[in-house]
Amino acid sequence: MDWLTPLIFAPLVGAIILAFVPSKQTETIKGVALIIAIITFILSLFVYAQFDKLGAGMQLTVNVPWITSLGIHYHLGIDGISLLLIVLTTVLTILAILSSWRSITEGVKGFFVSMLILTSGMIGVFCALDLFLFYIFWEVMLIPMYFLIGIWGGPRRVYAAIKFVLFTMFGSLLMLVAILYLYFQYHSFAGVYTFDMLKLMQMPIAINPQHWLFVAFALAFAIKVPLWPFHTWLPDAHVQAPTAGSVILAGVLLKMGTYGFIRIAMPMFPDATATFVPYIAILSVIAIIYGALVSMVQKDIKSLVAFSSVSHMGFVMLGLFALNQEAVQGAVIQMINHGISTGALFLLVGMIYERRHTRLIAEFGGLGKVMPVFSAFFMIVMLSSIGLPFTNGFVGEFLILLGAFKANVWYGVFAATGVILAACYMLWMYQRVVFGKVTNPENEKLTDINWRERIILIPLVVLIFFIGIYPTPLFERTEPAVRQVIAHIEQTRQAKQDLERIDERTLALREGAGLSQKVTEKGVTR
Amino acid sequence: MDIEYQALWPVIIVAITSIVVLLQAAITRRHAVALGLTIVGLIAAFIAVIGVGPLLPQSVGVLLVMDGFAQFFMGLIIAAAIVTAVLGYAYLRRRNEQREEFYIVLLLATLGSMVLTAASHFVTFFLGLEILSVSLYVMIAYLTEELAALEAGVKYLILAAASSAFLLFGMALIYAEFGTMQFGPLADALAAAEDLSTPIVLVATALMLVGIGFKLAIVPFHVWTPDVYTGAPAPVTAFVASVSKSAVFALLLRYFFVTDGYQFDTVMIALAVIAIASMLIGNILALIQENVKRILAYSSIAHLGYMLVAFIAGGDRALEAVAYYLIVYSLAVLGSFGIISLISPEGRERMSLEDFRGLFWQRPRLAIIFTILLLSLAGIPVTAGFVGKFYLVLAGVAAAHWVLVVVLAIASLIGIYYYFRIMAVMYARRDTPAASTPTVSLSGATLLGLLAAATIYLGVYPDQLLLLIRRLVLTL
Repeated sequence: MDWLTPLIFAPLVGAIILAFVPSKQTETIKGVALIIAIITFILSLFVYAQFDKLGAGMQLTVNVPWITSLGIHYHLGIDGISLLLIVLTTVLTILAILSSWRSITEGVKGFFVSMLILTSGMIGVFCALDLFLFYIFWEVMLIPMYFLIGIWGGPRRVYAAIKFVLFTMFGSLLMLVAILYLYFQYHSFAGVYTFDMLKLMQMPIAINPQHWLFVAFALAFAIKVPLWPFHTWLPDAHVQAPTAGSVILAGVLLKMGTYGFIRIAMPMFPDATATFVPYIAILSVIAIIYGALVSMVQKDIKSLVAFSSVSHMGFVMLGLFALNQEAVQGAVIQMINHGISTGALFLLVGMIYERRHTRLIAEFGGLGKVMPVFSAFFMIVMLSSIGLPFTNGFVGEFLILLGAFKANVWYGVFAATGVILAACYMLWMYQRVVFGKVTNPENEKLTDINWRERIILIPLVVLIFFIGIYPTPLFERTEPAVRQVIAHIEQTRQAKQDLERIDERTLALREGAGLSQKVTEKGVTR
Repeated sequence: MDIEYQALWPVIIVAITSIVVLLQAAITRRHAVALGLTIVGLIAAFIAVIGVGPLLPQSVGVLLVMDGFAQFFMGLIIAAAIVTAVLGYAYLRRRNEQREEFYIVLLLATLGSMVLTAASHFVTFFLGLEILSVSLYVMIAYLTEELAALEAGVKYLILAAASSAFLLFGMALIYAEFGTMQFGPLADALAAAEDLSTPIVLVATALMLVGIGFKLAIVPFHVWTPDVYTGAPAPVTAFVASVSKSAVFALLLRYFFVTDGYQFDTVMIALAVIAIASMLIGNILALIQENVKRILAYSSIAHLGYMLVAFIAGGDRALEAVAYYLIVYSLAVLGSFGIISLISPEGRERMSLEDFRGLFWQRPRLAIIFTILLLSLAGIPVTAGFVGKFYLVLAGVAAAHWVLVVVLAIASLIGIYYYFRIMAVMYARRDTPAASTPTVSLSGATLLGLLAAATIYLGVYPDQLLLLIRRLVLTL
């Protein structure tokens, strides 16, 4: 039975239903949107239950012809990596919708319709196994996100929204050209036209075009991650976006960049991946340290969290390109963790912004006295972002650092300083906001968070501790997928090296004994 | 009737309809009746286009050839003419002009365009182009009380006449050199010729390129576009952007494919330069405009440049890609100019960016339709524009024209900026209450809704249209 199609399109169908609810009935609109988000979440749990954690390869696959004249298929399937990201998406969608309950007052219908379309696009990206389909979902997400930032954002929303779109489109247009090159390359290799990722992965590509293709894909993904120096759109987008937009942006959209690397760029171009390891690792280390240092000097809590994302995503990238089991698996776990922790941070920032209409650190102080429950939640989330043991952040970062040290001691050393810096800027910010006396009279009459806000935060806090103490369910599901990706990269490179060695030997023999013909045949049959 | 002429039924029906509408205007002036007759005639012609299928391909004398290719483009042109007629009705209803004549010239322009798609001889080539151009002079300057419209009409008249002269001179030189004006024999003569780079052939080709380039409004023959697009009534602009460009592009395709224009290296290099210049200059100039009509005018230059990329690539894929793109582009521009004509009250048209500020909060449905059309123009997925652009890039990559493809990608990125800018303005909240927009006619709104729905449908499920194109257009 096809579980993925209903999961992808449930939010979209919901958005269409929502479009017929009269705009004035805002409460109905919110209710319907929430119900649809919950249905989507339940569907994702079904998918989670259906998923065989021991099975390797793609599961729950669907493959039907779609645009026959171009050989395009509607091809879906998930492995452990996509599974976790899908569940993360559906969870965060519910929380994002709940967080917008009071803060969105104008154009309520448009807002929730955009949120639901966005959800469909995000789940689609994680399920697509046909490059054309992947590209469609990848791009479709842009539009609702553009509206979320551009209509319901802060004062500089239009600038931030268009910057977000242009940066992403720049990468994706080059990726499109690369996708089409692969399409024709595969035709000359196998005689059929296809965009099927799994088939394209089996195709050997000469080293020089492979480098170009990798660069085109990597650029699109690196902008999304965002890897330093392609991160400049991120602070603008985050600071201007409404809370729900920031949560989804940090929680899910950034993961699409790293997901793209592990799903497409790395397994499809193994040799290029190996060539670019040092460059990407260095950029990641720069991102880790740069993001942390810039966070330290931010005056606005939201931009602090935004820059901390640059730093954290640097960790994920470093983990991926360390190319060993520990690090890659740590990176995958860290993708989930960052979604939870940073999503929660943005939710918390949104809650105090709704009360005070400012996010400047200097405006706060002593919140612990007036908002004790808020402060407790804030502390747990902040500590998980730093990576304290027994919180989720520790598990991922620890594995990444372990793998990074294994790959190259220096990567590990520099990345580890990022952990220390993270503790500095987070704790310092927390101290200035929560501790001390209430200095600003406006903060004295702040109300603590209400039941709705607690309901939003509790699931995330539960996840923070659950993953921190018992991460096994995540490891079990991602382990086969990660192993397969790494094995694929190794095998392809190994096979290529063998071929080259055979070629060299053949050449040597040809020069030496003139028995070239026979040996060549042997080499080929082997 | 001879089978030869039976194949021409679509053309004949449109010609008869124009006479009927003319007579109706002489007897009784009723705007709605004129529209009704026009639509009935055009629908009959559309049915005839489908109906003549079994007779094809059929050459009609030496002048015309009815084949799947002509059939496809005639269908596109007639459909676009129907949309123009409906938009024109909504537009003229609010204006004090002689209204009925509009449909007569519209039908004549449609007739000229249809002749172009089937032309296989310099005579029909020129005749079709002139029927189209002369009708367009009238249509562009139709609002005689508006100075801008008159200015646009005169500009178009002078430049179109000049370009026709170039075209004629080019044809004459070709005739002088090869002694034939028919595409087929000309192809044989060209194939037999030993040296194709004689001055006379090159000059002739260059002159014809100037003439066609003017009609397509590609750089450097584009200067008339912004003024004419802005000055002409919005429905007419829609017609110029969709029908007249599609017809001329169809002719260019036929001429090039039949006579194998791809053998002229100099021409191909010139076309590549023109394509790059059109994509970049069109988009860059669109960036600095404050008027939606002008933005769309400059963007049309860029879109023609995109299509040239696939055209230059050549082969079946080029035909398919260009045919598909012409459909999606026509849908998008008809809809966009349709929006402008629907929200314009009497007198001045609403076309500055400021006029669109906050449209979403006033008229959410129109704003959403316009958004879909703009996304299609920008080439964002699940709209037809994406599949179209995808196909163009596909053709370019298949021919390994990397420079053109990369320029196309960069130019698209620039395009996204100004399309999204229009969207940003539409969704911005107004501080001051806007001047009230007139009530939008139901027929017009339904029509635009259909255009938007078609745009989405072709973006999600393009297969049928692609297969149709493959079946019809590849008969060339």
